[in-house]
Amino acid sequence: MKRRDFMKSTIIAIAGASVPLSALEFIDPKEVLAANPEIHWAFLINTYTCVGCGFCVKACKTENDVPFEANVSRTWVERYVYTKDDRRYIDSPQAALYGFTESKIDLGARLGFKEIDPDNVGKAFFVPKLCNHCAAPSCTQVCPVGATYKTDDGVVLVDRSWCIGCGYCIMACPFGARYFHPVHHVADKCTFCYHRITKGLETACVNACPFGARKMCNIRDINDPITKIILNDRVGVLKDEFGTKPQAFYIGLASEVR
Amino acid sequence: MKSHVWRPLFVVLGLVAGILLFRAYYVPGTFGSGEYGFMYSYHNKENLEYWKNQPVRYRDTGKQKMHEYCGECHAEEVEVRTEDMHGIIACENCHGPALKHPDEPHMLFVDRGRDVCLRCHTQLPYTTSERKRIPGIDSNEHNPGLACVDCHNPHNPRLEDM
Repeated sequence: MKRRDFMKSTIIAIAGASVPLSALEFIDPKEVLAANPEIHWAFLINTYTCVGCGFCVKACKTENDVPFEANVSRTWVERYVYTKDDRRYIDSPQAALYGFTESKIDLGARLGFKEIDPDNVGKAFFVPKLCNHCAAPSCTQVCPVGATYKTDDGVVLVDRSWCIGCGYCIMACPFGARYFHPVHHVADKCTFCYHRITKGLETACVNACPFGARKMCNIRDINDPITKIILNDRVGVLKDEFGTKPQAFYIGLASEVR
Repeated sequence: MKSHVWRPLFVVLGLVAGILLFRAYYVPGTFGSGEYGFMYSYHNKENLEYWKNQPVRYRDTGKQKMHEYCGECHAEEVEVRTEDMHGIIACENCHGPALKHPDEPHMLFVDRGRDVCLRCHTQLPYTTSERKRIPGIDSNEHNPGLACVDCHNPHNPRLEDM
């Protein structure tokens, strides 16, 4: 073999070997579309319009068979009261199932209730909360048996037949969105009313909210009016620093709301 | 090498093989991961049907849809509602879930208690929230013991129409 031929064939061999196998693969457009589903559910919460009526909590518990008398809930509403002498009070009595019908702040079983002088109230507002259905959820990562998972359309669900009730996911959720179900004895959480949204219905809480504080959208559909708000308005998420990429977006977040 | 080295090794290998065999037998073949990969979505894919098949209770009766569905029979009640006031409240918030109504249940349970009204109409001194727009009362002072609906019409709450 001449030296020139040797060089030529070496270069051809190197060039050929550097082509990755995946570059030669024929890509079916249908497969690409299937890998990127058209639907990814997201939630938008407007804290300016919430009045703390708690109809969302009532509707959620009714729709999803969560016992009223148990102090657990898939969604809840928090009240934030800032006083003029720079104190902050936060409560959510019974997850706001019956709304906020007392001006007293519920400080828990040990401290009881605290009445705040109306003249001392600086600002106050209500924040509805629910599972954020994170894009990188810490709760599904820690499950030791593969009982909780993220669906392709972006909802985090729990497999009740497979959950062993270890409670690891309840600990791992930075938002406290999970709880132990008192009837089924497994971890339970908001499902975005999966049985409703897959039938084209609104979630129970969105339907029940009289003030439009809760909205839901398909964030992959840029023509959806709610998606447009998320894309164009100034929205925030809770606990961004945890890196779980929450999919519940808030209008009017304060730094105390976490 | 002597058997005291090999023997525990065989025990460990046997255990590993046994666990793998048990796993293959016990874990259903429908397990797999979806778009979010093994880390976030390793699960039994049949479970999706369980959540899709949960019973629906609420028929969406928001501001628009109450006209479409409830208005078919209860046109008068839907008509009397003032769109700027209680018209924003879904019918089912007070009348209860109505998916199969009027077949089952034929009559809906209507929540006429004070607590329903007090959810929004409790006087709270929060001038910076939306509460400032809603008239509020102190439940202990404002006709305690009486039902709100004894005097107020919940479908048309205007005081001048009382």
